[in-house]
Amino acid sequence: MTIDHLPIGMSARIVAVDWARLVPEEAQRLQALGIDLGAKVSVAHRGVFSGRDPIALSVGRMAVALRRAHAEAIEVEWL
Amino acid sequence: MAVSLRSAALVGNPNAGKSALFNALTGARQKIANYPGVTVERKAGRLVLPGGEAIELTDLPGSYGLHATSPDEEVTRKVIMGEFPGEPAPQVLVIVLDASNLEQHLVFAQEVIALGRPCVIALNMVDLAERDGLTIDPAALQEALGVPVIATVAVRRRGLTELAAAIAAAEERAAEHHRPHTTLTERRVTAHAIAEAAIVSETARHRLHAKLDRLFLHPWAGPLILFALLFVVFQAVFTWATPFADALEGGIGWLTAQVRALMPESLLRDLITDGVLSGVGAVVVFLPQIVILFFFILAMEASGYMARAAFLMDRMMAGVGLSGRSFIPLLSSFACAIPGIMATRSITDPKDRLTTILIAPLMTCSARLPVYAVIIAAFIPNRSVLGPVGLQGLVLLGLYVFGIIAAMVVALVLRRSVTKGAASGFIMELPKYQMPHPKDLLIGLWQRAWIFLRRAGTIIFMVTVVLWLLLNFPRAAPGEDQVDASIAGHLANGLAVVVEPIGFNRDIALSLIPAMAAREVAVSSLATSYAVSAGDDEAAQAQQLGDRLKASWSLPTALAFLAWFVFAPQCMSTIAVTRRETNGWRWPIFMLIYLFALAYVFAGLTYWTAVWLGLG
Repeated sequence: MTIDHLPIGMSARIVAVDWARLVPEEAQRLQALGIDLGAKVSVAHRGVFSGRDPIALSVGRMAVALRRAHAEAIEVEWL
Repeated sequence: MAVSLRSAALVGNPNAGKSALFNALTGARQKIANYPGVTVERKAGRLVLPGGEAIELTDLPGSYGLHATSPDEEVTRKVIMGEFPGEPAPQVLVIVLDASNLEQHLVFAQEVIALGRPCVIALNMVDLAERDGLTIDPAALQEALGVPVIATVAVRRRGLTELAAAIAAAEERAAEHHRPHTTLTERRVTAHAIAEAAIVSETARHRLHAKLDRLFLHPWAGPLILFALLFVVFQAVFTWATPFADALEGGIGWLTAQVRALMPESLLRDLITDGVLSGVGAVVVFLPQIVILFFFILAMEASGYMARAAFLMDRMMAGVGLSGRSFIPLLSSFACAIPGIMATRSITDPKDRLTTILIAPLMTCSARLPVYAVIIAAFIPNRSVLGPVGLQGLVLLGLYVFGIIAAMVVALVLRRSVTKGAASGFIMELPKYQMPHPKDLLIGLWQRAWIFLRRAGTIIFMVTVVLWLLLNFPRAAPGEDQVDASIAGHLANGLAVVVEPIGFNRDIALSLIPAMAAREVAVSSLATSYAVSAGDDEAAQAQQLGDRLKASWSLPTALAFLAWFVFAPQCMSTIAVTRRETNGWRWPIFMLIYLFALAYVFAGLTYWTAVWLGLG
């Protein structure tokens, strides 16, 4: 399951990231923000006016905003 | 004892509270400039050490690591490594850590410590960590990292003396061996272990910012709150500023009268009163609006709300190839494109930033309002369309919407042509909510106001002098009109041929020349060329000017003039600030050409359509 399908509030662990789908700078930025293999994440907020973009993730003590296009590259498993 | 200490720099992740710490350490006397060759801000100030000697402290742009992913991070990396031309490496690195987000911030900290340079750690915002139920042991952290750790709360001035003392002492341990290079994953594992060990207690407390986010990022309530807030901001910008703008205008009027009274009649006197004072004055009266607008922008930034606004608007901006970060700069441009373009510095992606700068002038700025007001009042009948909705108001709204649509279309086209590049993503940290500190707001406001005034005193001053010269030389023969005889008059004759196909007469061509100093000057110069003698009463002046215009312009001409002003390419201040923000003449010239082309085409289309519909 990719992270954009994770229900709000549910915790999951990142098991695979398709880095090739991301621009190198974006891949690096995600890693710098702690969104990397093994990280525990949850979806905190999603979309405006009930759209599906963008997504706010909770990772560690941070909230990180990203787009669905990025989220689709991140594979997670339930915790 | 090595060489004496001269410089230190603050480094750390974005949102570590670096700016607040910098303000607290150096006070209001800061030097703001660009690093040469890039539009990254260089902030430097004076830090007085406990021994009494003063050193230069710089605030390096926030960075997530030494592998740069943005121009900001590139500057930070080069300065730290001593690779930035003309910028000696700072002797002491002060690593600023957010105590409430320790694990994340330790990742970059390890990288900096590993460089083996003298460094000190400021464990900042310990009060916020305590608010979140975190207690951290600085001694344990110091033990684990091997460099001095000082707990600080910048906004309460806690730990500042200790930090200064540690900076002074850090120099002694300069000779440190290089540590082995580590990977990001290794650093993250180490960061986790160090943070675990340093956190004494952690109570599960409902964190305030999660609660606030549930409200501010709510899919329906969030956007409504944002729009309500923006409504208040715009009300404030337009109503609060009025008394101050009036006072400034009064002051300039008084100064003009004093010069007239004290100096004998001469060309020099006219240059001072009609050229410098009226030209520079026309721009300076926008200072209150700019200060109020920046007050809200800085408060939104400092409180952490700005990132939420970007989140809420990202979907919409993504539609035209931009990101949520472009929203606030574009919004600011409704007051004036100058602060809007200045606010694009918060956009990290260079292509995104450039696109935003290029479309900012299409947002209807407040300087266009006087022009719209005069023309609409004269040519659009004041009748109701539906209940309280009047036709005049509808036309005004239409002009605003026209500008927004044009901006979106231009952004789409630019993103596929001149500013093409990797699809700009939107990945951003949503920082913790904080109460903005008044002193930090004041310092920020002062800096913005100063940048604006300095430009008014230099480039805008020069432009107005040149315009005045163009309007006053060569001198007219007796009985001849000065404007007709001047270079500007001759230019207008030439320009009139060019703008004749789109329905503009020579008077309009002439008014466009001085309008280059400030858009609303078009009104006063039209008034001059129609020789309206209404004294100082502005309402009467607008009224009489309207009657005169109605007598000499056709409706298609008036509509074409309105369409021209939607693009209003002739604002020199916007061009000047674009040159500054893009570091060269290439983009301001591109902007000038594309705006003129669009203004011409759309004024023409409006005119021809109106004539074809038989409105003339």
